[in-house]
Parts: sequence; structure tokens; C-alpha cells
Amino acid sequence: MMEEYCNERTRGELLDEIRATNFSLIELGLYLDINPDDKKALCLCNECAKKLRTLTDNYQKIYGPLTIEFPCNKWRWLEEPWPWEKGGSF
Amino acid sequence: MWLYQKKLEYPVRIKCTNPRLAKFIVSQYGGPDGELAASLRYLSQRFGMPDQKSKAILNDIGTEELAHLEMVGSIVHQLTDGVPVEELEKAGLGAYYTDHGVDVYPASAAGVPFTAAYIACKGDPVANLQEDLAAEQKARATYEKLINLCADDPDVVDPLRFLREREVVHFQRFGEALNGVQEKLADKKFYKNFN
Repeated sequence: MMEEYCNERTRGELLDEIRATNFSLIELGLYLDINPDDKKALCLCNECAKKLRTLTDNYQKIYGPLTIEFPCNKWRWLEEPWPWEKGGSF
Repeated sequence: MWLYQKKLEYPVRIKCTNPRLAKFIVSQYGGPDGELAASLRYLSQRFGMPDQKSKAILNDIGTEELAHLEMVGSIVHQLTDGVPVEELEKAGLGAYYTDHGVDVYPASAAGVPFTAAYIACKGDPVANLQEDLAAEQKARATYEKLINLCADDPDVVDPLRFLREREVVHFQRFGEALNGVQEKLADKKFYKNFN
């Protein structure tokens, strides 16, 4: 179901959602470093982490690895563009 | 250790090259209040922090600064990639081109190469965190100046606005970490008096 949902969207849209979810996680992480007992923030952080895992798994299956920890049948890490290049943000 | 993620923290999608803007923006790569200085400052200072929260915040903000370094490098690269020499020279990048071509070299807008003298590791957590607070404000101010200089290109302003906002959040978190450190140091003195 999730994969179908991913296929309907462009690579850029999917990556935007991954970036947004990852950003929420970064922001909540910094907040929790100082406020570790905030249960609401912790809950939100865990939700984001779960969502990010699903999104990145689906993205990587189609577009190749975002980290070298994602197993592939061939070495897709070389595939261009790299993130700093024109068009690399999709 | 770190694990590279093959994506930027926030997208950089610049349609038109503009070496004049790159000449200014490179300062946030390798200038006095740039992202290289920020990441090295926090990642070096974290070794001497006295409490859990300040260790974590320096580690995690230092890590985010590496992502910002990559974003600023991407902006400079996309603004200069493929630009003919004559245009680089007209934009004031003749001297830069002589030594670096269109590589992204850590230097200030005025061409001063990066130096570790931009950062402090004072062996004192209060002094270090105070420096970090000032560094975030200086970086925010620099981004505001860059946003003014780049006003005619929304593709450039967009990631600069994101980076500016992050300075504000980091300042907030460092302030809270400093409060914690000061409380802990005050506690220590209190217990010592009773020993």
C-alpha cells in the first residue's frame, strides 16, 4: 500500500517528505536533549522516527541508498546526482 | 562516528548561476562565523562538558552544523559551476579562480583562508557556552546580511532563511544548556563546602 502511494509521487515530493520528517526529528532531538522528561515531545519524536523509517525504506527501494547501510544487489551508491549538485535536491 | 546521508538537510535548488553572490556566501563556509567554524567549535568543545545535556547538545548541534556546511557548499557550487572565466573575473572572483578554480574553498568573503583561530576551546564550560551563544548570533547576523545581498534571487534566499532560523533555535538550546551547567557548578560548590 505504502509503495503504491510512493509510486504516485515524484522523487522530489517523496524526498521533501523525508527531509521534512528528518528535520522534525532533528528539532525534537535538540529539544529533548534539554527537556528529556517531556513525554509529549518524546512521543512525537518516536512517531517521526517510525514514519522516517517507513519513508526511507520505500524511497531507497526505488531510488537507491540514502546511506551505505541499505543493502542493494548492486553498488548503487555511485548513482548521480549527488546532493550538492544541480538537480541533486530533486 | 558519523553516517553520511545522501541528501541535504534542506533542499538547494538554484536555477541561475551568479558568481557575485557566491563570493559573499562562501564566508558562511569558511569565514569567521561560518559553518566550518561552528561545527569544529561545538564538536571540539563537547569533550570538556560537565553534564549530560551539554554534552548531547554540543554533539548534536555540531553534527547539524556539518549538514549546514554541506548546504552552504552546495549553494556556492551551484552558483559558480560552469561559469565562464570572464564572468568570474567580472564578479570579483579572478583572484579566487587563480588559486581554486571553482572548487569550494573554506575562506571568508574577503578571501582570508579558514583558520582554527576562529574558534575557542577555553577549558571552561561556561566560557565555551557563552562563546557558542555569541557565535550563533554572529552567524544569524551574517545570514541576514547575505539575505539582503541576495534579495533578487529567491532560490538563494530560501535556503539562507532556513539556515538563519536554525541559528535562532541553536542559540535558544545553548542558553538552556548554559543554565543547566551553571546550576550544576553551583551545586558542586555547595557540596564541597560541607566536605
